[in-house]
Formats: sequence, structure tokens, C-alpha cells
Amino acid sequence: MASMASSVRSWLDERFHLEDLKALAQKKTVPLHRYSYWYFLGGMTLFLFGVQVITGVLLLLYYRPGADEAFESVQLIMTQVQFGWLIRSIHSWSANLLVFMAFAHLFSVLFLKSYRKPRELTWVSGVFLLFLMLGFGFSGYLLPWNTLSYFATKVGTEIPAQIPIVGRPILLFLRGGEEITGSTLTRMFGLHIAILPAIATFLIVLHLGMIQWFGMSVPPGIEADWGATPNRRREIRFFPNFVLRELMAWYVALGLLGALAALFPWTLGVKADLFAPAPAGIKPEWYFLFMFQTLKLIPAKILGLDGEVLGIIAFGLVGAIALLLPFLDRGNSSSSRRWVAGMACLFLGYMVAMTVYGWVAK
Amino acid sequence: MTGSLTPRAQRILRTGIVVKVLVASFLSCGQFAAAQAKNSCLDYHSSLPEPLGVSADVFSQNIHAQKGLTCAACHGGDASSDDPEKAMSRAAGWKGKIERSQIPELCASCHADAELMKKYNPRLRVDQFQQYKTSVHGQRWAEGESKVAVCTDCHGVHELRAPSDPRSKVHPANIATTCSHCHAGAEYMKPYGIKTDQFANYQESVHHEAMVVRGDLSAPTCTTCHGNHGATPPGVANVTNVCSNCHVFQAQLFDASPHRAVFAAGGFPGCVTCHSNHGIKHPTDEMIGMGEKAFCVQCHTEGDEGAKKAVAMHDRLASLAAAIAASDDLLDHAERQGMEVSQAKLQQAQARDALLKARVAVHSFRDVDLKRDTDAGLAIARQTRAAGEQAMAEWKFRRVGLGISVLAIAVAVIGLGLYIRNIEAS
Repeated sequence: MASMASSVRSWLDERFHLEDLKALAQKKTVPLHRYSYWYFLGGMTLFLFGVQVITGVLLLLYYRPGADEAFESVQLIMTQVQFGWLIRSIHSWSANLLVFMAFAHLFSVLFLKSYRKPRELTWVSGVFLLFLMLGFGFSGYLLPWNTLSYFATKVGTEIPAQIPIVGRPILLFLRGGEEITGSTLTRMFGLHIAILPAIATFLIVLHLGMIQWFGMSVPPGIEADWGATPNRRREIRFFPNFVLRELMAWYVALGLLGALAALFPWTLGVKADLFAPAPAGIKPEWYFLFMFQTLKLIPAKILGLDGEVLGIIAFGLVGAIALLLPFLDRGNSSSSRRWVAGMACLFLGYMVAMTVYGWVAK
Repeated sequence: MTGSLTPRAQRILRTGIVVKVLVASFLSCGQFAAAQAKNSCLDYHSSLPEPLGVSADVFSQNIHAQKGLTCAACHGGDASSDDPEKAMSRAAGWKGKIERSQIPELCASCHADAELMKKYNPRLRVDQFQQYKTSVHGQRWAEGESKVAVCTDCHGVHELRAPSDPRSKVHPANIATTCSHCHAGAEYMKPYGIKTDQFANYQESVHHEAMVVRGDLSAPTCTTCHGNHGATPPGVANVTNVCSNCHVFQAQLFDASPHRAVFAAGGFPGCVTCHSNHGIKHPTDEMIGMGEKAFCVQCHTEGDEGAKKAVAMHDRLASLAAAIAASDDLLDHAERQGMEVSQAKLQQAQARDALLKARVAVHSFRDVDLKRDTDAGLAIARQTRAAGEQAMAEWKFRRVGLGISVLAIAVAVIGLGLYIRNIEAS
């Protein structure tokens, strides 16, 4: 058996030079310092994305997009398909954990100032990936075609419609018409399983490629310390030491997903009724809640301008600042670090506070 | 009336009326103003206190005023004249206050005239007066009784609104209250020797709940059973006919049942014998059988053939209700655990339908009819219970699976940790 494996390996090695790849992997190192555990968040996000791809493909075997079939097909998956409930629940829970992990990864990179030269484009591709993950969440939410998803999508698509000039075309593009109908469902389905995954795959490859190219960033303080006293520099091998540690984290994530799916299976709700009134107190998914709550609280008019439009523009600006942060924050001084960290803390605090407020508000 | 005023007072009154008419012609708007012919009486009476006062606001909501009629349509006189002498001239047909005894015929002078009524509402019946004369009210009115209800007692006088207006005294939601003004007055009804608890009982009834709480205007009120203009208490023989207007199947089954002839022979009014009349409560399964709340015990004795059947019928209903409740509990529990049981819950609706049909079938008083429906319901309830049990079994399987998975993952994580420590130590 061992000789057979050895001959297969040598057969592959002759053609693909696996030994070179192995040598490269063993040569690659990861810095080891008191913030090293933050490096695992990116890998964890990648793992959850992988879970989404696998469970999503499995769901595709039974899911039927269409206003007359979508709900029934998810119901079939939940009740008739062997382990269908598990796959769907893991897909739903993993989607939420993925968004959470993507935000956590973004803030960890921001606080460790890993976006600084030469990793500006790694950051930009990461922020784009976060936006894509939110897009995945929004487009996937409608697919079960239940009452909550129907009205949440209705409210969600109305928000960009407030933007002057381009708002209405955006609404028509997202809905595939004036109202949320079967056309919206097929549109969201197309976005969710084809367009967004294609863009995400490209960006992930780009993101990972740049990480490999530049290596792991070391926080400025530690980098300065290591520069002054090189013998304090510590590293571990990427393979197998870092990969095995990452694997441990993935196992824990898998266990957590399984537990959430078994203990709190994702419910299906009631089939969307296009003629029914919206349920009271309808809210979007938690990761949109801070924006939703802000737009709810914002005054109708601010200095004579439409409050909701101003709110949307403000969030757009925050998104643009996040995207262009490496180009806006070029300083390497400790005061610049504190200023960016302070603003990020402020925004993070605002997000958490508004999410909690939106969660408990009637 | 104006004859007693001094010439100066009459001049002031005339001037006041002219000013009011001028102001009204400038300021008036809306339907009332558009539909109204000149109505000098209103200009004057709107400035008077009760009982002679009629405000323009109240009169504007009067269905007759909205159709363009003036005070003169009922009271006679010339409403187009600003001169009180002419307006209230006997020569112009002025009648002054209309006596109660004159009201039915006065109303009928228009409402019994098919040609005239067509101009205003071609759908409106014109036999109200004929019906009224057949009613207990109308018969006593014909005998000269002055206390009995006449048209205005129910419909109102100057504030008379269309029955479809929710503020109308004869709007379905208000009819019981309107009737109760007389029929709930113990002192008022004393001379007639009839009960006065009908309204109190009705307020406790399932029909009142449907009408007032659920806002179902098709629910029965006084006039649904007693009639309106031809109001009369339904006799023993025709109570079933009255109830069957809505409860069609129950009435058909009862008519074909052995109880029909027995009740008639015993002088028991069909439906009312078990369900009462004004205070009809939600029927319960306890009403049949030989229990404390059962009505069967009034005629049947323990052990007789009828009592045995009644007990059997009660037991069938109770067993189906219990089976449905047990399935409901199980499915709710499974749903709370996150299990998907919506299809079984949908099936429960069919079991409930079968129970409803069985409760209707009770009125045939034949066990075989009831058994057919309860058996169908029990079969569905068994299926839903099985679905609930399967869901709970699946829930337990998931728990076990989770435990095994967590254990396997923990072993893998510990193994990896040990392996990392090992390779880093070496």
C-alpha cells in the first residue's frame, strides 16, 4: 500500500514537481508575536466561505427558484431530503458566521494597521470581499420565499431607491420590476449562485495571491522592536505548523456550526403572501440592522434635505473611506495610528450599539 | 307660533332669517348645500333650544335632507318662505308637531308609494307599512296603543340616517341597543307582561360577540330572527325556520331526525330547547350526553336507549377533540424544538374540519352519521401524531448525532494539538 502511494507520488512529482512546492511551503514562515492569533480570522473566513460553497451546491440539487416552487422546495429539503435540514441550517448559520468573521477580520487588519504599504490592494480586495459577503447575505435571504424574507427584501430594496437620480434604476435593477415578484427571486438567485460567486472567486484568488506575495504583516510596534533587536524576531513554519493550527480552528468552527444547526435549526417560516400586510416589527438580518436602525431614527429633514437620503449618503461615504483607507492614512506615526484606531473604535461602537438597539426596539 | 310675537320681534326675526340665509348661501358647501332646497324652518329652528331646536349639522346628516327634502315634507307648510306667517300657514298644509299616532301613516305616505320611492332609491322596499300592520307593534298601534314603537322610535327623527350609516340607530351593530331602549325597560314593559332580559342575555351570546367583537355585520341581531317592520316573536313551530336561515345543515339534519316529531308533540321549540334564544352561548361537546351540562338529561334517563346513544356521541366528539389537542401539543412542542412540522400542522386543519362536521352531524341524533366524521378526523389526527412523533424522534437523533460529532471533533482537535506540540518539540 505504502509503495503504491509512493509510486503515485513520484508519478505526480515527475510531472508537477511537487517536491518544489513542498519545499516552498516549508520555507514559508508566519511571524509569531502576541497578536498572531488574529491571523487565524482570515483563514476562518475562507473556511466558512468554503462551507457555503459546498452546502450551497448541495442545496442547489433540490432548490427550485420561482415564486410557486421556492418555498415548497426548501420545505422539501427540510423535511424529506436526507440530512437536508442539516445542510440548510449549516448554510444559514455559516452565512451569518461568515459575515461576522469577515467584519472581525477587517477590524483586526485595521487595528493592526496591516493595510499599510505595500498591502494597500490586499486591503481594497478584502473590503470588496466584505461588500460581496453582504451581497450574498442580501440575495440569499429572499431565496426561501417566506414572509420575512419577502418583506425584508421589499424594505431593503426601497432604501437605495431613495438615492437621487440613480435610486430608481437601482430599485428596478434589484427587483426586476416595480414590485418584489418571481422575477426578483430569479434575479436574486442568479446573483447568489452565479454572478457573486464568480466575482468572489476572482477576488479571493487575488486576495490570497497578494497575501502569499507580501507575506503576513507585522504590526508597526513589533516590527520596530524586531528591527531594533533582530534576535527577538520569532517565526513558525507555514506548513505544517501554522496550517495545523488553522486546521484546529476550522475543526472548532465546524463543531460550532454543527451544534448551532442541531440545537437551533434554521426555521422556514410562512410562505410569502404578496397580498398580505407586512408583519409588525419586521427587521433585516443583524448585519444590516445598524444601518436600518439609523435610517429609522434619522429625522425626516436635516437642514432642508431628506434625512434618509443623507443617511444613505453617509453610509456610502463610510464605505468609500473604508475602501480607500490605505490611501487616506499614509502616515506611519503613532499619532496617526491612534487617530485611525480611535475612529474605527468609534464606528465599531456605533455599529454594535445600533445593532443592539435595533434588536431590542419594537 | 309667530302670531304671539310683537311686530318688532317679528321684524327682528325676519331680518335674522334673511341674514342667516345670505350667510349660509356664501358659506355653505358640500353635499348638503348642493342637495338642499331652501329650508327657512331650519334657519329658524337651528337657533332654538330643545325640544324645538334642530341644528343644521344634525339635519345635514338626515337621509331625507341629503335627498333634498325639507322640513315641509313631513311637517307641511312652505319652507321656501322667509315669512314665518306663510311658512307656518295652515293653508300651506303646515301640521306643526306630528302626533305619534300619525307617524306610521305619515311615513307610509311616501314609503309605500312605489312610484315616488323609485325616484330616490329604486331598490328600497315599499311594504314596510303593510308589514308594520302585521307586527305586534303595528297591531297595538292600530288599537290605539300609544307606547308601542312607531317608525321614528327605531329610525330616529331629525337625525334619521341611512341604515348603512354606522351611526344609524338601525345599523346592524346598533339594532339591539335600539330595541333595548324599550324592551330592556322593566317599568316600560310592565303592562305587556313580557321579559326584559333579552338584551342582557344577547350581550352574553355568541351572536353578539360575532357582531360587536368580531365586527361581523351578518351576525344575527334582534331583527334577524324577529323581523323588523313586521316584528313578531317566532312561534314554537317556526323557530327552526328562523335559525335555519343561517344554520342550514343543522336545521336539515334536525328536520330529518327523530327529535323533530317528538319536540313538536311536546311543544318544545326546536333549536331553542337546547341552545336557548337570546343568550346563545358557544356550543360545547358537554351539551350532549348524560353529564351535568348535557341537555339530553332533561328528557332521557340514565340507561335508556337515547341516553346510551347520547353518551356514545359525546364520547366520539370528546375522543376526536382530545386526539386533535394531543397532536397539537406534540406538533407545537416539535416546532418549538426547531423541527419543521408545517405540513402536519396543515393536516390538523382537516382534522378540525372533521370535528366541526361531526358537531354539525350531532343534529341528526344518529350515531352512524357522527361516527363517519369522527372516524375521518381520528384517522387524520393519528397521521399528524405520527408526524409529530417522527419529528421528535428525529430531534433526538440529531442530539445524539451532535454529541458524537462534537466528540469526534474534540478528539481531532486534541490530536492535532498534541501533534503540533510533538513536531515543535522535536
